[in-house]
Amino acid sequence: MRDFAALYQGLDSSTRTGDKVAALESYFREAEPADAAWAIHFLAGRRPRLGVKRGDLRAWAAQAADVPDWLFDECHTAVGDMAETLNLVVPPGDGAEERGLAWWVEERLMALAGAAPADQRAIMLEAWARLPFAERFVWNKLVTGAFRVGVSRGLLVRGVAGALGAPVSRVDERLMGDWKPVPGLLGQLCVADSGADPTAPRPFFLASPLVDPLAELGDRDGWQAEWKWDGIRCQAVCRQGRAHLWSRGEELVTDRFPEVAGVLARLPDGTVLDGEIVARRDGAILPFHDLQRRIGRTAVTRAILRDVPVAMIAYDLLCHAGEDSRAMPLADRRAMLERVVLPLSGSHLILSTVLRGDWPALEALRSRAAEHMAEGIMLKRLSSPYRAGRVRGDWWKWKVDPRVIDAVLVMSRRGSGRRAGLFTDHTFAVWKGNELVPVASAYSGLDDKEMRELDGIIRSSGLEQFGPVRTVRPEHVFELAFEGIGRSPRHRSGVALRFPRISRWRRDKPPAEADRLETLEAMIVAAPAIARKETTGELFPDWPGAGGR
Amino acid sequence: MGDLLRVTAEGLYCEAGDFFIDPWRPVDRAIITHGHSDHARTGSRHYLACADSLPVLRARLGKDAPIEGVSYGHKVVHNGVTISLHPAGHILGSAQVRAEHRGDVWVASGDYKDGTDPTCAPFEPVRCRVFITESTFGLPIYRWRHAASLREEILGWWRNCAAQGRTAVLLGYSLGKAQRLLSMVGGDGPGPIIEHGAVAGMTAAYREAGVALPPTRPAGEGAPPEGWGRCLVLAPPSADGSPWMRKFGDASVAFASGWMQVRGSRRRQAADRGFVVSDHADWPGLLASITATGAERVLVTHGQVSVLSRYLSEKGVDAAPLATRWTGEADDAPEAESP
Repeated sequence: MRDFAALYQGLDSSTRTGDKVAALESYFREAEPADAAWAIHFLAGRRPRLGVKRGDLRAWAAQAADVPDWLFDECHTAVGDMAETLNLVVPPGDGAEERGLAWWVEERLMALAGAAPADQRAIMLEAWARLPFAERFVWNKLVTGAFRVGVSRGLLVRGVAGALGAPVSRVDERLMGDWKPVPGLLGQLCVADSGADPTAPRPFFLASPLVDPLAELGDRDGWQAEWKWDGIRCQAVCRQGRAHLWSRGEELVTDRFPEVAGVLARLPDGTVLDGEIVARRDGAILPFHDLQRRIGRTAVTRAILRDVPVAMIAYDLLCHAGEDSRAMPLADRRAMLERVVLPLSGSHLILSTVLRGDWPALEALRSRAAEHMAEGIMLKRLSSPYRAGRVRGDWWKWKVDPRVIDAVLVMSRRGSGRRAGLFTDHTFAVWKGNELVPVASAYSGLDDKEMRELDGIIRSSGLEQFGPVRTVRPEHVFELAFEGIGRSPRHRSGVALRFPRISRWRRDKPPAEADRLETLEAMIVAAPAIARKETTGELFPDWPGAGGR
Repeated sequence: MGDLLRVTAEGLYCEAGDFFIDPWRPVDRAIITHGHSDHARTGSRHYLACADSLPVLRARLGKDAPIEGVSYGHKVVHNGVTISLHPAGHILGSAQVRAEHRGDVWVASGDYKDGTDPTCAPFEPVRCRVFITESTFGLPIYRWRHAASLREEILGWWRNCAAQGRTAVLLGYSLGKAQRLLSMVGGDGPGPIIEHGAVAGMTAAYREAGVALPPTRPAGEGAPPEGWGRCLVLAPPSADGSPWMRKFGDASVAFASGWMQVRGSRRRQAADRGFVVSDHADWPGLLASITATGAERVLVTHGQVSVLSRYLSEKGVDAAPLATRWTGEADDAPEAESP
């Protein structure tokens, strides 16, 4: 546990890629196989569901520290992070603990799951008393499900591969799909053929935002242009008459989209497709927030199948008849993709359209992307192989310019992480008649100086305070940029913005000149009328600005 | 019984004695608890302070400032009020002010800390009826570690830097914090200790007052023969990111402050390392010090005012906030360096 906590600190305290990879390598070189497997498990972002209630944690910690609950809450507000608050509030124990990560996870952490509160409490008190400060922090992070340390999958793979002396590509492949944190994991990662899960996805190739002018890309003939679809990126692995659909987060989502899986199952054995799942009915693609109703629910009812049918738009072929095709040029993969997909194409499987026309024609098309329910245009080099991860140069996403509104700051809450203690999470409103109705929350976009200045203003001009939230006198106007806009029954304003962020502080504008709700409603692209019986729990769970940080 | 001390537009005022404690505006008579800029301000006509703090106060308030120094425990009677100063353990010469009038005893703490600090006299609890306490770190999350492990942590970082040929730059208040860090690392580091001009002035004042500190070199003298790579540089927080820092080349920048206890503050500071070093009492220290005074009434100033007064009230102490303009340890605002 000590080495893992030291690794966490090493990763947390540096922003340099080189430092992080070096820390990972040295950890995995020394770690016991059982500990290393769990370390990979957690660093890859897997989180156990333990069912420990935050209220209980608070009560146990407050008791252990002999502080009242309200004082614990004050501490939480100042610190901004539950795991850290627990660590700082609970007095240090003897700290004489030598056992490894695997022991603590298997014998204690997992025992929390489903245990009675009294048993959970006993485990927590034991851990708090025995684990030294740094280890206890990591333990709390695991318990609260907030274990994140700024290591991308790519870095983890490089670190593990470096320690094992194995090729990065092999470790990358092996860490896809459904591996288990067993002591033999490290071994499986180095051997050339380990009989890894044949239904596992390949690493996704990720596009980078286009920043340079189009002219830099050279001859138009060297590029394939497609719409950038606004759906869920998925990889379909078809084996022995069954399709396995994987999301980019390597989550198996086959059961969420049975109609797509049904068609894909008829593809030749050993086909792997890359594409996008979108909501689509009668040949028309529906807005993302319709698709949203299909995400996050495990029970797919007949009503939802009827209301929000989905389709996979296939755009790449990674494997054909069991043969890996990723090294082939895109032009050849596309030709094969057409041969494989066209015979089965229909309501639930279609081929991504290749867009024609020269650069200026594409530019004109891009400005009308919203009409096609697309976010912009993808540009892919025809001679490029299918690469792994975010490699610049061959795949560019050329999104439509974000849209903007002017909105009034009405509420702020204290942030967490590096924003802990500062008022940095803001809610913005627009006018509906004489009333300001909230339309978006945003926390990014201001530089450090503006962030502090605004924090100072909120502290001195805050109207009311509810816990960490403060209502602010509506005096400050900000320009918000966003990617999409849709109707939302969960918002009082009836609209929701996708990925809103602050683009400018409009010090020049009085609040009365902020935008009106009517303006926002006019921005919503008319969506086909669909009966909405229920709403999903989280509105946009996978949207960058939505919930997770 | 009326209040012996109360807050006016000028500062904390004793009407019976007609004097102020750490006034924020110029007044006739000011008692100064210590030399930090939110407590020792220029322009008053007469100052009374602890004799140990005179070199520091002269550096801050001016060479010819009308300052009268008294030793700890020495009683001065002024307009019928008996005044004495007692060690606050905050920095060299820092004092709590005890004021007694017709049997009623009040103590204003200024800034204080319990625990060991070889650069100043240790905090001494003073029995009183009313205790005015600071509350900079008045939350249970603030619990300082032992000086010995802190020392090892700082030396370990410096040695690590020296091994890589990176200059170790340690940022902390130039008055008090820097000298405490100096005495903490002592002569055990892997190379010479370099001081920023603002730090050097205060270190000289400490040496003048008889505090033993390891040898240092002013940064202005240029690099030592072995180069900057093995040096520890002590500088005020305002030096961070300034052109002055560039001469040290590849540097690891660390910040020494009580706020470094919280990860969010460490990250906001964007320093490579944060060391939790404070010259204020931590949560257990505040509670223990307040209890030791035996005060029946506690007035809470600068810091976690509402939290600490509510906590004390719930424990049965007659506690209330007292609004002053002292700031304690600023989070990340650059320290005002010269008067």
